[in-house]
Amino acid sequence: MSLDKTTTQSPADEFIKGLWRENPVFVQLLGMCPVLAVTNSALNALTMGVATTFVLVLSNLLVSCLRHFIPRQVRIATFILIIATFVTVVDYLIQAISLEVHKSLGAFIYLIAVNCLILGRAEAFASRHRVLPSLLDGLGMGVGFTLALFCMGSVRELLGSGALFGVGVFSDNYQPWVVMILPSGGFFTLGAWLLLFNRIKQRREKRSTSLKSEVLEAGNER
Amino acid sequence: MNGESLAEIFINASLINNFVLAYFLGICPFLGVSAKLQTATRMGAAVCFVMLVSSVCAFVIHHLLVAVNAPYLQLIAYIVVIASTVQLVELFIRKVSPALFRALGIFLPLITTNCAILGLALFQTNKGYNFTESLVYALGAGLGFTLALVLMAGIREKLALASLPDTVDGAAISLMIAGILSLAFMGFAGLG
Repeated sequence: MSLDKTTTQSPADEFIKGLWRENPVFVQLLGMCPVLAVTNSALNALTMGVATTFVLVLSNLLVSCLRHFIPRQVRIATFILIIATFVTVVDYLIQAISLEVHKSLGAFIYLIAVNCLILGRAEAFASRHRVLPSLLDGLGMGVGFTLALFCMGSVRELLGSGALFGVGVFSDNYQPWVVMILPSGGFFTLGAWLLLFNRIKQRREKRSTSLKSEVLEAGNER
Repeated sequence: MNGESLAEIFINASLINNFVLAYFLGICPFLGVSAKLQTATRMGAAVCFVMLVSSVCAFVIHHLLVAVNAPYLQLIAYIVVIASTVQLVELFIRKVSPALFRALGIFLPLITTNCAILGLALFQTNKGYNFTESLVYALGAGLGFTLALVLMAGIREKLALASLPDTVDGAAISLMIAGILSLAFMGFAGLG
């Protein structure tokens, strides 16, 4: 007996879907807390994204390897333990590489452990698929998450302090839009990105339905 | 002692550094369960309770781990304790009020992955609060969370009657409202 689903998708597709079509932040609205909390500068956002990707890939890998050994009843608890272990590893790694970044991210590194995105992927994908697709899925979702964090962080840093990665972009006359790096700016920026994504999705749907009706009409005329 | 009175800790946790609107903890239930006022109030109460219990547990565990010199187990220990507390609350609610149990649905087990709870445990450890201070901090944070949730639910109930363009509907408008609420809460900074 096997729980494995046969995947018809190619490995590359598993990777790409996380970037755009099923982007964890903009489409699935998962893992919102770090998205809002640590994106007041582009560097913080990038570090957080990379750390989350690391945990996501490794936990997907381990969960997928162990999927036949974990009893169904205690699977969630087991996943959380696996994730928490990797998060502890990441916490010590970041502390070793840069104490400054570790300080500015604060408790939010530990909070990766309760990021619903990671548990969600472990439960919905890794526990049902082979090792390689799970690995690629984790990588794709992680990169998609990092991309979203970077989109947020760069916009907020650019508007809020007129800089990118700490380097000034505008002339000295630029009056920083301080609200953007304050908490409320996070909500506004994410709201604006979601608006953009909704708009793109709607236009695409409209175009595909109008294309379909044109094809149908052409078929009828013939 | 770090020179903060209990009242200061309470106001700090509930209003000035509101967990949802200033620290961005617990955004998922904040957006997910805030469609109806009644559900929001009850969810707030459940979170309050879990926060109080896990705050006590976290206090004990922290001192235990310091005693055996194993700080690297902190995260894992906290998560396991929180998960079991949530399980307990779930059993309790299912027994006492099945209607509430159904209304909360998936969001009850999801309290486990509510970062507000783990965040509370971590912050109180980092700030080095003693036992009473931890309890007051947990109570303030829980009430602050409930306040934000109830405010949001009230606004969204009114908003359901308004006609919105399709593009804005859903999460986007909720985030914009949350942003404005967060701006309003910044006004409390003067209290500190």
